[in-house]
Amino acid sequence: MFLTIQQLNKQFSDQNGQVSTILKDINLSVNEGEFISILGPSGCGKSTLLSIIAGLTSATEGKIKVEGTPISSPGKDRGMVFQEPALFPWLSVKENVMFPLKSDGSKIDAEEKATNYLKMVQLSNYLDHYPHEISGGMQQRVAIARALAMDPRLLLMDEPFGALDEQTRTRLHTQLENIWRDTKKTILFVTHSITESIKLSDRIIVMGTRPGTILADIKVTISRPREDHKEKMFELEEEIMTYLKKEIDKVIAEEN
Amino acid sequence: MNPLLKRILFFVILIGFWSFGSAVNLWSEVLFPSPLSVINSLVAGITDMTLIYDLIASFRRLAIGLSIALIIGTAIGVLIAKSKTADDTIGAMLLALQSVPSIVWLPLAIMWFGLNEKAVIFIVILGGTFVMALNIRTGIKNVSPLFIKAARTMGSSGFDLFLRVIFPASIPHVVTGTRLAWAFSWRALMAGELLSTGPGLGYTLRYASDFGDMSLVIGVMIIIGVIGAIVDQLIFQRIEKNVARRWGLS
Repeated sequence: MFLTIQQLNKQFSDQNGQVSTILKDINLSVNEGEFISILGPSGCGKSTLLSIIAGLTSATEGKIKVEGTPISSPGKDRGMVFQEPALFPWLSVKENVMFPLKSDGSKIDAEEKATNYLKMVQLSNYLDHYPHEISGGMQQRVAIARALAMDPRLLLMDEPFGALDEQTRTRLHTQLENIWRDTKKTILFVTHSITESIKLSDRIIVMGTRPGTILADIKVTISRPREDHKEKMFELEEEIMTYLKKEIDKVIAEEN
Repeated sequence: MNPLLKRILFFVILIGFWSFGSAVNLWSEVLFPSPLSVINSLVAGITDMTLIYDLIASFRRLAIGLSIALIIGTAIGVLIAKSKTADDTIGAMLLALQSVPSIVWLPLAIMWFGLNEKAVIFIVILGGTFVMALNIRTGIKNVSPLFIKAARTMGSSGFDLFLRVIFPASIPHVVTGTRLAWAFSWRALMAGELLSTGPGLGYTLRYASDFGDMSLVIGVMIIIGVIGAIVDQLIFQRIEKNVARRWGLS
């Protein structure tokens, strides 16, 4: 097994000392090369889960292993793309992608690598632009190239297309699918969009809220490209909706 | 109307009124000389090189004092941004020190260093250091947590993280700090020179005053103001705007 998560719990305590459970009994196994979506309503702890896997947040209990090695801090084996591009404004597009490559290898190698990954996201004409000079969708593609440039085993994506408009998002879905097919990376993709998860992933982990638990682990068997099988996509969407509806009802009931 | 044109017109009217008032003796020429006599003393000062030497001397002190102020200020700023204890102690003291005009240190500085250039440079350093330190502190504390998270997932931490992310991310505040440090140091320099020895613009101002040469007094005041405005508007505000645009702050 490539990535295993066992008995993971995460609790936060607020200023009054009140302990709230964010994640409860999370168990998950991921095969190498799989594209997995983590789907759930806001507040289900899906982003926290991703942040724990990245090593940015620590778990209260439980174990996470990548190829048998336990994770405790961030590492170059796990690349992360956030909802905002988080590009460094003082560096050009190319220098941003070179950022994780600084410590290893020569500058020429790093430049060549960065240029290649920018070609992969079709931005080779924007090497010397600065982040404020390009659009939000382009910035997010640079962020993807930057995460890929350090050649991670696992690519973690936290609602990467959430802030983009519909057309841009659709185009980036196709690009991401191609990148995944060409690089054979294992991808964990956090989203709250059912359609997005069905369109992209091999498996969908549906999460419930308060506390965050895994409700269902659904294999998507529809053949790619998925757009050609609109009917099957729609059926699966209905199925996932029944899981999530219960969750949404629960949230509404709690709030009233 | 074009703002530049407005500005020029305003100054033409102002100087026109000044000439008119002097010409019809609205005030005494001895107390408030006419624009023509001010220009004459400026031209005389420049042709016999005294004002040029003053400018060179003043700028030399400013360059030394401001450079030291920026270095010490940055060091203190980084320290109080990174250490909570330092912030609670040194940080609190800086706020108090910043509200003391640096010129009030001159009596002590003259006792310590003598009535010479060192005392003036000391005042200039004090003028710029605190404001630089406080701006560096704000800059470092306001670095977006997202930048830090992103850098950590790319294997950066510790000093590497500071050098490659935290410091460059706070450049907008470094620029603002430098601009304010320059403004404070420039004022401190003039005050210091006024009360100590020459050569220097402030010293010439007092020298002219001692000899009742009010046209030279006004001439030097104009030089001080024009230099201040040029450096602030043409240099620092431009850099500040460019940096803010690139850092996505405007």
